[in-house]
Amino acid sequence: MTSTVQATTPGPSSGHVNPEAHGDANEEARSAEISQWGLIWRRFSRNRLSVWALRTLVLMYGLAVFAPFLAPYGADRIDTNHSYAEPTQIVFLDGQLAVCALEQSLDPFLLKYRYVDDCSRARPIEFLPKGDPYWLFGLFKLEVHLFGITPGEALKGGAVPVTPVATPTAAPADPLASFRVQQPDSVAPKLDTIKNPPKIYLLGADQQGRDVLSRMLVGSQVSLTVGLVGVFLSLTIGSVMGATSGYVGGTWDNVIQRTIEIIRSVPTLPLWAAIAAALPRTTTIVQRYFLITLVLSLVGWTGLARELRGKVMAYRSLDYIAAARLAGSSDLRIILAHMLPNAASHIIVVATLAVPYSILGETTLSFLGLGMLPPAVSWGVLLKDAQQLDSVLIHPWMLIPALPVVLTVACYFLLGDGLRDAVDPYSS
Amino acid sequence: MATFLIRRFAAMVFAVALISVLSFVLIELPPGSALDSKIAQLRQSGGEISAEQIRALEDRYGLNDPIHVKYTKWISRAVTGDFGQSFTMDQPVSTLIWTRLGFSIGLSLFALIFSWGISIPVGVYSATHRYTLPDYVIQVLQFLGVAIPQFLFALVLLIFSATVLGQEVGTLFSREYQNEPMSLAKMVDFAKHIWIPIVVLIAGGTASLTRIMRANLLDVLGQQYVQTARAKGLHERRVIWRHAVRNALHPLVMALGTTLPTLISGEVVISIVLNLPTTGPLYIRALIQKDMYLGVTFLLMLSILLIVGNLFADLLLAWVDPRVRLDES
Repeated sequence: MTSTVQATTPGPSSGHVNPEAHGDANEEARSAEISQWGLIWRRFSRNRLSVWALRTLVLMYGLAVFAPFLAPYGADRIDTNHSYAEPTQIVFLDGQLAVCALEQSLDPFLLKYRYVDDCSRARPIEFLPKGDPYWLFGLFKLEVHLFGITPGEALKGGAVPVTPVATPTAAPADPLASFRVQQPDSVAPKLDTIKNPPKIYLLGADQQGRDVLSRMLVGSQVSLTVGLVGVFLSLTIGSVMGATSGYVGGTWDNVIQRTIEIIRSVPTLPLWAAIAAALPRTTTIVQRYFLITLVLSLVGWTGLARELRGKVMAYRSLDYIAAARLAGSSDLRIILAHMLPNAASHIIVVATLAVPYSILGETTLSFLGLGMLPPAVSWGVLLKDAQQLDSVLIHPWMLIPALPVVLTVACYFLLGDGLRDAVDPYSS
Repeated sequence: MATFLIRRFAAMVFAVALISVLSFVLIELPPGSALDSKIAQLRQSGGEISAEQIRALEDRYGLNDPIHVKYTKWISRAVTGDFGQSFTMDQPVSTLIWTRLGFSIGLSLFALIFSWGISIPVGVYSATHRYTLPDYVIQVLQFLGVAIPQFLFALVLLIFSATVLGQEVGTLFSREYQNEPMSLAKMVDFAKHIWIPIVVLIAGGTASLTRIMRANLLDVLGQQYVQTARAKGLHERRVIWRHAVRNALHPLVMALGTTLPTLISGEVVISIVLNLPTTGPLYIRALIQKDMYLGVTFLLMLSILLIVGNLFADLLLAWVDPRVRLDES
């Protein structure tokens, strides 16, 4: 409980602790030089889980920034000869990691493509090869990718599998066997096989033969930022509304509070869906992106406004506000310079905990076909392709984009939890 | 109490009226609608009858009128129970929504009761066994429960049900029971199908409620009267359940205000994944196909559901916590 004393000092500007407080003398002496934010950070870094969540998030945003470089293919690179190709098996050949070519043939009963490895036409995995062009940071047009396969002479020698993949000869059990009409094998017509050049699909391909890994990486740019931008908008609306409501009071307070009540009386998802459905569907991806963030924040600001109103009302009667008023500060200055900084730590916690809901909102809306629309790529858009049960049963890798969603949301919750404990001066 | 109820009821009527306007405007806003395509279709078929039908439709829904006239025409019929026509389903909205809404309400209520039934004991256990292995396990499960999107959880359970259990999915009844009268066997069959949405809904609700329960109980356990109760020599179980838990319950009731919308939203989403005959699939389809009267009515009904639920939450709070005075709020 020694740390209780530090955070009881009001205001971020006052870095000095109460000298009468009891506590570890050593820690007190050190903390005298630490700002409030430093104290919060120190408390936060004690929570290992939250620190790991923060590191994971930083890593994920880093990956998102360089997504088109890290992705072996462009997110829209269609290759129907690799429709629903399974995750590529990596083999060890001639002393280097390589992938085998795939031969595609249509299974007339399962109505799916069947792929057979052809390791006589294997190609090595190259590092920094040239591939699909992309824009990095929207500034540089590049063609180099972290890794990929380029056409060229085939590798010779016996392939040793590196990744554990079921042997291609053993046909996978058909999970929908009970639903199918059984037909004798003799009816099966002989179909031509297509000899594909080798390609690398670490997480498999979708129906149009697009690389799921590349799409997931590029999709993270939308999915990871839509929550941040949405919450930033909510924060702006919520701060203005909450501060006005708490500071001005009277009729304004009444009107704003009733508005919040009305918005909160409509269930969130149906409301999001109704607003999203009212948006024009023929917009560019960028326009749609901002419209969706707007949809999320039009509903999301209410919680923040309420919290802030409570804070501002509590501060209003405090002495330092009265002092500021006597010193001739304008109302705007009192709100901006005295109240908001005081509530800043609180606002950050609330905002951090709001981000995962925004991310889930975008994912769910896109999953329902009301959020981001193809050709835009986001995790929700990718999961929409996994909506058909029989498709997922045969191509389970289509569900992989769900993992980053769960990871991101869990990390944000952990981060928000850690921040809340760090900000609260009374927690032990 | 009576004044509270009257005032609350007036506020509710006002809120519902305002929401009906807002949702009507929201759903009317985008150009083009299912009604337009219906009229285009009638116009194409030509003939005396269809010309008459078009005129009747235009008159009934005030097609060429400004939006406030349209709204007035709709709402004056809506209060008598006539919510207009669904143009994609060619049925009156009122025949489409009631059974589906009833099912949604039933599902949400069921999930709510179960979430409470699970989260109170689990939260109490988690708080009284803080920093033990079971507590950590419970906390990890909570995070998963909140972090996994509900549609995804439903999808995963659906796959599990189809592959491991070999059940037929996407309906509420097996084929052989579809048109049978209600019987014990049919109920069993129903239970086999309904467990997925219920588990998904309960998982989401339980996760957040357990968290709240744990945090509150930890707060209460630190208070002096709990120490006093222990000092008097009361049995620990009595201290926890009679003294501490009772005072940690009311934030759980207050959380109803956020639990209910989560349940309703969750129900909408997962019923789409599972293709259940509830509000979800029809509502989203109505939105996408601009079947406006169906969409507006659903949005309005779901809101009314939430408003009434919040009223019950307030009443429950006053009952659980005598410190809350309804008349003054």
